[in-house]
This record gives sequence, structure tokens and C-alpha cells, in this order.
Amino acid sequence: MKATLLLSFLLLGVLPGLRGADLQEDIRRLTQVGPEGAGNEAASEAWKKVAGAGPAALAGVLGQTGKTGAVADNWLRLAGNVIVDRALKSGGSLPLGELEAFVRETANLDAARVLAFDLLLQADPAKAKALELTLTDDPVQGLRRGAVAHLLSAAAALEGEAAKKAYKEALRVVRDEDQTKTVAEALRKMGETVDLPKHFGFITRWDIIGPFDNTERKGFDARYGPEKDRAMASKYEGKTGKVSWKQYESTDEYGKIDFNKPLTPLKEATAYAMASFESHEEREVELRLGCKNAWKVWVNGVAIFGRDEYHRGQRMDQYKLKCRMRQGVNTILVKCCQNEQTESWTAEWEFQLRVCDSTGTAVLSSSSLFDGLRPEPKPNR
Amino acid sequence: MRSFLMCRPFSRLTLGLTLACLVTAAPLRAADWPAFRGPFHSGYAADAVLPTQPKISWSAKLPGRGLSSPIIVGDKLFVTAAEGAGQEKLQVLCFEKRNGAPVWTRQLTATGRTMTYAKTCVAASTPCSDGRLVFALWSSNDLAAFDLEGNLVWLRGLTADYANASNSLGMASSPVVVGKTLVVVIENDSESYSLGIDTATGRNVWKLERPRSANWTSPVPLPARDGTPEGVLLQSAKGVLAVEAATGNRLWEFGPSASSMSSSLVEGGVVYVPAAGITALALPAPGKEPATVWNARQINPSTISPLLLKNRLFSVNNAGILTMAEASTGDIKWKLRLTGPFSGSPVGAGDRVALVSEKALVQIVDANAPEGALLGQLQLPLNEQTKELTLCTPALSGGQIFVRTDSTLWCLAE
Repeated sequence: MKATLLLSFLLLGVLPGLRGADLQEDIRRLTQVGPEGAGNEAASEAWKKVAGAGPAALAGVLGQTGKTGAVADNWLRLAGNVIVDRALKSGGSLPLGELEAFVRETANLDAARVLAFDLLLQADPAKAKALELTLTDDPVQGLRRGAVAHLLSAAAALEGEAAKKAYKEALRVVRDEDQTKTVAEALRKMGETVDLPKHFGFITRWDIIGPFDNTERKGFDARYGPEKDRAMASKYEGKTGKVSWKQYESTDEYGKIDFNKPLTPLKEATAYAMASFESHEEREVELRLGCKNAWKVWVNGVAIFGRDEYHRGQRMDQYKLKCRMRQGVNTILVKCCQNEQTESWTAEWEFQLRVCDSTGTAVLSSSSLFDGLRPEPKPNR
Repeated sequence: MRSFLMCRPFSRLTLGLTLACLVTAAPLRAADWPAFRGPFHSGYAADAVLPTQPKISWSAKLPGRGLSSPIIVGDKLFVTAAEGAGQEKLQVLCFEKRNGAPVWTRQLTATGRTMTYAKTCVAASTPCSDGRLVFALWSSNDLAAFDLEGNLVWLRGLTADYANASNSLGMASSPVVVGKTLVVVIENDSESYSLGIDTATGRNVWKLERPRSANWTSPVPLPARDGTPEGVLLQSAKGVLAVEAATGNRLWEFGPSASSMSSSLVEGGVVYVPAAGITALALPAPGKEPATVWNARQINPSTISPLLLKNRLFSVNNAGILTMAEASTGDIKWKLRLTGPFSGSPVGAGDRVALVSEKALVQIVDANAPEGALLGQLQLPLNEQTKELTLCTPALSGGQIFVRTDSTLWCLAE
């Protein structure tokens, strides 16, 4: 199916003086851009040729999108953008049907499908909107959102059991925080229970330890016991004496782990939280973190990312960290540093973390699927 | 120094235009407004004539949010925007200056973080131009160069290069072209740096590590003079660092602190720095450090950048008090209460100053009046449903004022 589509694209037009192989090479050059602008000169020259090739280049542009990186994708995207723009202005034909088919084919790469949709939207907004309504279950969240918005509008116009049924269907497919909130509020008003932490995949049960020092914000770089030891000890020397792990479970709907509660409100302090996550297979996941304190995250002892910023804002899914879970039990370790600021808006010392796939669909720990049977995370004490 | 400041206005204008052309070394025209705060990076337009009673000449719908200013190059106007649930769709839009007709739109996808404080947004940095290319920067650290016809010349995703450079409140520094170098300030609490980028290729010419603290100020060109090459001022909470634009080599420094929001301006051999109020510095001879000419703590630019107009320094605070001070002494001559609050900076031409409040009230002030005087005002219609605000600094060209909100681009004229 995918090959047929690409072939049909390539057969759409023949550009005088430019062989298909040359065009493919120019398209490939757009994907060869590297760090700090490396490859920009060649890409710039190639871009003119690709954009100048017209609709015949769209298949190649879509075929390369999503393969090498987000910056290269933008080179390709802007070529597609200009090709459609020029065709619209000149009255030239565009492969609208092929673009639609490309979007529908979920075997195509996510970024390429999003580009195909955006080009269709640019070329024929009505056709794109009609297509969007059918993408309720699309694996790409950006494509699904419009369809979900339509479901919510439809549900809002219903009453009683019909409304409840419509919102339940919406809850099955909704992923974005704002849309999920709308669905949850509507269902709760109708007496339904909505488990938001489970819907989003927040980890709510952690073992925490602290405080360690963060005077002069040095705690971020300091390597305290929990990030240094392969085998976790039960106690460490903390900021003001021995500290030990404590179990903590958040009841927050958005999975916020507030260190101020178990450790009391502190300043210039560092804490760690550790959770076990059981995966029934080895797989890629996204850890999505929200945090307004400085933080670091490790998975199975491997540092994933860290950020030394304090009190500039927090939101759900603020940071999307791709990582690989192994089959069996995985360990997630979060370090969270509170600084010296004393303004009222600097009191928060917390984070929220969920495990999901790239669409935002929750990936639940196998063990957490059996409430009450879930083994507690046990550091080596 | 004093004699330099006391040159006749016409001579200063001519000199200013010449310096601006030298600094940009490109085919900019007198009516162009090619960057944040215009051709002189001071809010001043030499050839513009501000309307006393502005009226809406035309308006154009914008597809995405933004508080970046429009820029004008020749007969075209360029503005940036950001659209989508997470403001991930980054746009550059080109309009005909004369009637607001759309010419082209280009859209890319954010490759860096798009989280911002609700009041600001991803399209906060004003684009700039050397007369040939338009350079657009967004809070996601995506940077793109287009020619005036909308052809992509180069792209950078700076978050791909420097993964920890971002500000969860949003970035807002506007880039500037100095000679063949595009200067970009990506300064924040974590991976903080400024770049000199080759305007032709988008590749790094120099990179400086900068103080690790949030910074929303914009770089300001420093004209070549007295054997000192053309430079650029990099301002932060730690002060001002002047570097050679072509190399990033240090020229001089001023400290220990300066505003991290309100940007400096340079005029007639003096740098006016938002530091401890306003501090005027005499540009030093090569190898020397700058001397303080005056300091006026009573002039509080708050988050807004000052304007310099015919040896008069104007500063408005967020609440709406416009202060006029003698640029040569810092002596405050008058204060005028306007209708605020303000986020955008004042701009001016001739003897008039234009300001636009957050609630879209355009106010024209007679700078010649003994105590300043409001000449005219115009209430622009805002989208009440989205509770939009006007946060941008206006652009001036000819007899027109250009203002944008999240939803609309306005052209105002007499």
C-alpha cells in the first residue's frame, strides 16, 4: 500500500530537465543537515530545486520526513509548504487524493502523516477538515485532537444516557490534558467515576528520601547516595543527619509528588523519589515530567536528562523524555532540588511523572494493573 | 562627548542613518523598520511622521498568537506567529505594506520547548532583516532565514544543538543583524549562551557562554567608531558586555547589574543602559572601559525599553507614567500619566511619541509640549472572547503605525 502510494505520487508529474534521481538526491540533501548548521549551504541549494520541482517532489518530501530529525523535517516541510503555495497561486493541480491516502495510511511515519495533513489543510481546508473527523483513533495525537474536539462538541449537545455514552467514548480516545479535563468534568457531573491518574499513566506511589543539601544550588551537581549507589542503601547522610526512604503515595489527580508534605517545607534542599515500573516487554516509552524545580531523571541507573531551572513554571508533560524500558522491573529515580527563594510562588517542591507512548496514551506498570497485588518498590535496605 | 551630544538634530539624523547603513551593510531604505525598535534600535524612525489622530487604515487577520513586532522592508511587512494546541506551529507571514494583502505564509514545526507563561507566547521575538533576508526566532529556539519572496535560505533548531537552553516562562530576546552577523541571545537559567551566526549560511561564527539567569533583553548594535569595530551589546542581569560583532571578542564591560527585561539603546556615542534606573555610558576608546556620564534612578523603565528622540529620553513604566528626561544629563523634565498598563515599548518620530497600551489604546503624545500632552488616541477593537492583549512594540514607516495582537495586524494612519 505504502509503496503504491509513493509510486503514484512519483508518476504525478515529470519535471523537464530534472531527472527523478536528481530530485531524490536534492531531497536527501535536505535531510543531511547536522549540528550547528552543518550542511546548511548544500541544503539551501537543494531546497530551491526541490521547491521548484513542484508537486512532483511531494512524494519524495513525504518519504523522507520523519527519518532523520526534527530540523531536517522542517527543511522538508517548508519545501512542501512552498510547493503547495505556488500550485495554489498558479492554479496548478495538487495530488489531494494521494495526500489524503497518505494521511490515512498509519504505516507511514508519524511526522510524514502530519505533514501530509498540513499540506492538505493548506491546499483544501474543507477536505482536510472532513478527513480530520475520521481520525478519532489515530495513533498521532496531533491528528486525533481535531476529531476529539468534534466528539466533545457533539457530546455537549446531548443529554442523559446519550450524553454519558458519548463522553465515555470520548474518554476512550482523549489524550490531551485540556480535553480530558472537559470529559472528566462532564462524566463526574453525571455521576461517573474517572480515574485520571490511571488515564494519564501517572506514577503515584514512590519511595522518597531527603533532605540533602542544596545550599547555593550546589545540590543539582552534587552526587548524593541515591544517584551514586547501584545497590540502594536504606539510609544516607542527609543535610542535617541520617535520612531514610519513606513510602509516599500521591492522591493528586495529576500525580503531583509534593516533597513539602513528607519532608516538611524546606529551602535549599534536595530530595529523591524512586519508583518501580514493571513492563511486560522491552519497549520505547516517554517519561513525561512536569517540574518547576531543578531535576534529574534516571531509568535503571542511566541518566536520561536534567534541568537546572527554578520556579519558572510547571505544567503536565512539560518535558518529554524518550527512554527504553526493559522487560520486567525497571527503576525510575527522580532528583528534585528546592532553591533559596522565599517568595510565596517559590514554595512548590514537587514533580509529576507519567509513562506513556508517543501519543500520550498511558503505559501502565504491569504490576499496577492489579490493584492491591502491586509489589511495593523496595530499595535494598 | 558633550559636543557630540549637542550636534544639530539634522546632523544627528544624517549621521544616524549613515551609521545604520554601515551597521547593517545592506540595502535597507529610510522607511524600513527592520528590527525590534526600528532602524536605530532605539524606537526612533528618522523619516516617519506620526499621525495626530490615528485611524484604522487597514487590518489583516493573523492565524496564530504573537507579541513580536511587525517589521517592514520595502513594500513588505513581516510578522511571526505561533498556532496550535501547544503553539507548535511556527509561522512567518508576509503582507503588502500598502493594503495588508497577504503575500505568503511559511510554517514550520517547533523543535524545542513551547511552554510559556500564559501572557506571553512562542512568537515573542521580533524578527529582523538586513534588507535581503528576514530572520525569525521563536521561544522554542527555532531560527529561520527567508528571502523576501519567502524562499527558505537556512534553518536552525537551536534546542537540537543545545538541549538545555530554554525558559519555562518563555524566551523573548529579539535577534539583530550587525554586518554579516546575526546575533541571537539564548540566555536562561540553565544552558545560557549568545551566538554570532553567519547571515548567509546560518552557521555559528562565534558562541559565548553567558550568565546563567533568565534574560529577555535584546542585543543592540554598536556602530564602528574611532578604530573600534562594529559591535553588539549583550545585556543581562549581570550588566552589559560589548563584543565585536564579527568575532564575539570582548570590547568592554559594564556592571555589576542591569535589567534583564528592558533593553539598552545607543545614540551619539552614548549607551543608555537600564541599570539602577537609567545609566548613560560614554562609549570608550579602543581597549578602554566605559565611563558613566550620568545615572538617574528616578527613571524606571521597568520591563519596557526606553526611546530616544532628539536628545530626549522617554521611558514609560508598566502603570502608564511616561517620563521625559534630557538625554545629555538625565534630568527629568516632565512626567505624563497615560492610560496603561503597557508592555510594548514607546516609539517616536519628529516630536511625537506613540504608545499602545495592553488594552489596545493607541496614544500619541506631543513631546514638544512643556509637560508633554496627549494629542490623540484610538481604541483598537480586541477579541473579547479570547481576552487578547496588545503586548507588541509598534512599528513605524512613513505616516503609518503598525500594531499587532494575537488575532489582528493593524495599520493606522491620519
